[in-house]
Amino acid sequence: MSEITVKVGLASCGVAAGAMDVFNKLTEYLAANKLPVTLMQTACIGMCFEEPIVEFSGSPLGQMHVGKADPESIVKVMEDYIAGIAPQSNVILAEKLGGRHNELLANQQRIVLRNCGVIDPKSLADYEASGGYQALKKALSMDKEQIIEQIKASGLRGRGGAGFSTGLKWSFAAKAVSDKKYVVCNADEGDPGAFMDRSALEGDPHNVIEGMIIGAYAMGADEGYIYCRAEYPMAIEHLKIAIDAAEAKGYLGKNILGTSFSFDLHIKEGAGAFVCGEETALMQSIEGKRGMPTIRPPFPAESGLWGKPTNINNVETWANIAWIISNGAEAFHAFGTEKSPGTKVFALAGKIAGSGLIEVPMGIPIRDIIYKVGGGMKTEKPFKAVQMGGPSGGCIPAQLLDTIVDYDSITATGAIMGSGGMVVMDTGTCMVDVAKFFLNFTQNESCGKCTFCRIGTKRMLEILTRITEGKGEMADIETLQELSENIIKGSLCGLGQTAPNPVLTTLRYFKDEYIAHIVDKKCPAGVCTALLKYSINPDKCIGCTACARKCPVSCIAGSVKQVHEIDQSKCIKCGACLKACKFDAVIKA
Amino acid sequence: MEQDFKKLDAILASYRGKKGILIPMLQQVQNEMGYLSRDCMRYIANAMQIPAAEIFGVATFYSMFRLKPQGKHIVRVCKGTACHVSDADGIKSALVEALQLPKDENTTSDMMFTLMEVACLGCCSLAPVIMIDDMTFGKLVPEAIPAILDKFRF
Repeated sequence: MSEITVKVGLASCGVAAGAMDVFNKLTEYLAANKLPVTLMQTACIGMCFEEPIVEFSGSPLGQMHVGKADPESIVKVMEDYIAGIAPQSNVILAEKLGGRHNELLANQQRIVLRNCGVIDPKSLADYEASGGYQALKKALSMDKEQIIEQIKASGLRGRGGAGFSTGLKWSFAAKAVSDKKYVVCNADEGDPGAFMDRSALEGDPHNVIEGMIIGAYAMGADEGYIYCRAEYPMAIEHLKIAIDAAEAKGYLGKNILGTSFSFDLHIKEGAGAFVCGEETALMQSIEGKRGMPTIRPPFPAESGLWGKPTNINNVETWANIAWIISNGAEAFHAFGTEKSPGTKVFALAGKIAGSGLIEVPMGIPIRDIIYKVGGGMKTEKPFKAVQMGGPSGGCIPAQLLDTIVDYDSITATGAIMGSGGMVVMDTGTCMVDVAKFFLNFTQNESCGKCTFCRIGTKRMLEILTRITEGKGEMADIETLQELSENIIKGSLCGLGQTAPNPVLTTLRYFKDEYIAHIVDKKCPAGVCTALLKYSINPDKCIGCTACARKCPVSCIAGSVKQVHEIDQSKCIKCGACLKACKFDAVIKA
Repeated sequence: MEQDFKKLDAILASYRGKKGILIPMLQQVQNEMGYLSRDCMRYIANAMQIPAAEIFGVATFYSMFRLKPQGKHIVRVCKGTACHVSDADGIKSALVEALQLPKDENTTSDMMFTLMEVACLGCCSLAPVIMIDDMTFGKLVPEAIPAILDKFRF
């Protein structure tokens, strides 16, 4: 077929970057002009920094992706492509033409995201054409124990962050005797700076659903829930479409594919509570209660949803299942390390050039993720730290960049693997401020059940705030450490047990920054407003009054052609003068 | 007052006798009413035979439930990690200034806009990000805020 295919990436990030305008422009143009083109939509290929992205294939030029597509020029790019003329600008990925970012993708290994940005996530036929639901057919012909053995042998560990053996977790639920069992998919991705689950659900919902059906069959469950954040409307929409299509095709519902196995799947929308990512809190929330964690044991595998045995796995864990069943446990071990086989999806964000979604084999050094897969730093400011694991994680400093990505190595640094958020920070980031940011988050999200988590985090936040305002004392560091230990010991669930991690890791690797705030009353990164001082360099100031006119508290003196001066006693340190000055005469220090 | 809530009866009826209904039911009621007033929650408690304390408990636990009337447009400013390190605070100040919010209020006096903070919108590569109703705006600078808000002043 000489047909040309044009695919526009319409995941949340693409749409936010204007992909819908590009798609509409192409739709309009193709309606008015007869061209041998099939226009399709897909989801996220992961290169969010280049969105909107359009993929072309079918001409002798070979497959190519064009980044930062805009509605004005896209028609010309398409017509050129049909005519066999390579575009002049921004080919990001291409087989033959040599895309700018070919290498970034070449260093990845895609299992979970294999279909993301490739197929149309709203089309069951697309998923089937890429081998979808073959694993389910295979699983239904296997013994249930055999499936669980296969998952155990694969060494797959929970991708939600804790890294518990998935196969073992399944065997607990399988052993439980009950008239009713549930499986649950945890899609309550609440870590700020993480969007792996959103992209996987938007881009390939059937893959997650297929994993859940296989799991339900192996464990003997007949009902399942996907608990998804309501902040992800597109993920929910795509899941709904996928569930309806799977039901219509007999992959879900009564007597699946003619067997005696039946399984119903529901979507539960979260209502905005970070703690609901914790499994016992999540189950409370599904039951319609306040999402407060409960004491374990009993573990969900014995007594979970409505008191019935329940298995809960994260989106990414479920998304690995179909691949493992199709390709076997051994193939999975071809990637990663002995104790952490397979791949891991990360959301790269912050001060990195190639922010977006990546999937890499476990065992890769963090340095390679940042420089070979993420394209290096965004600006000229050098790398300072990478934050992994969100509010439960920690900051890994430059001297540990060669740490490899597996559960045990990351834990040794004091951070955690977490669900996959990686926020890259440069020297313009203040580590005390980052610790304060996360403490503010956990303190807000603590459900309040355990005293140490509820009040301890509040005290820690107060101390950190004091330090960033230049009112800290050296004894504060000790108090922070002491509070951290007690919060870890005295909290029931993961939220409290890990809440001090951002403080502990920054204290461990960036203690000098705390001391600079406390003793020198200075913020080395120039972030903490109260410690900043704005002044005017008399050699550079030409007396244009631009800063004085912008100053909201009128504290800049000096008339035209006279050197201006800031009255420090009145200055509110808003930075308006710095932005207003065209001559670099305002100094922030 | 009672009369106002009669329109909820059909919604409530569709949940009667089912398990785990409280959160989705309150979500649907909120969509209908705009927010959950005390009277409204009492009405649900009576109609569904659920203790009012349980309903208040759930409504106050989850950030999605609104207990006060909201503006016509909801402005969510993302306070996620990536946005935080990309000056989300500056964006928020610009919003507060452009909306001329009364002190300690998050809804404008003309009931056009309600400003909220959200932990993460998951569009980290576009940081800093805001979301107005269901439209996302990324790679923002404080100076861009007034023009964006103007698009929604109707």
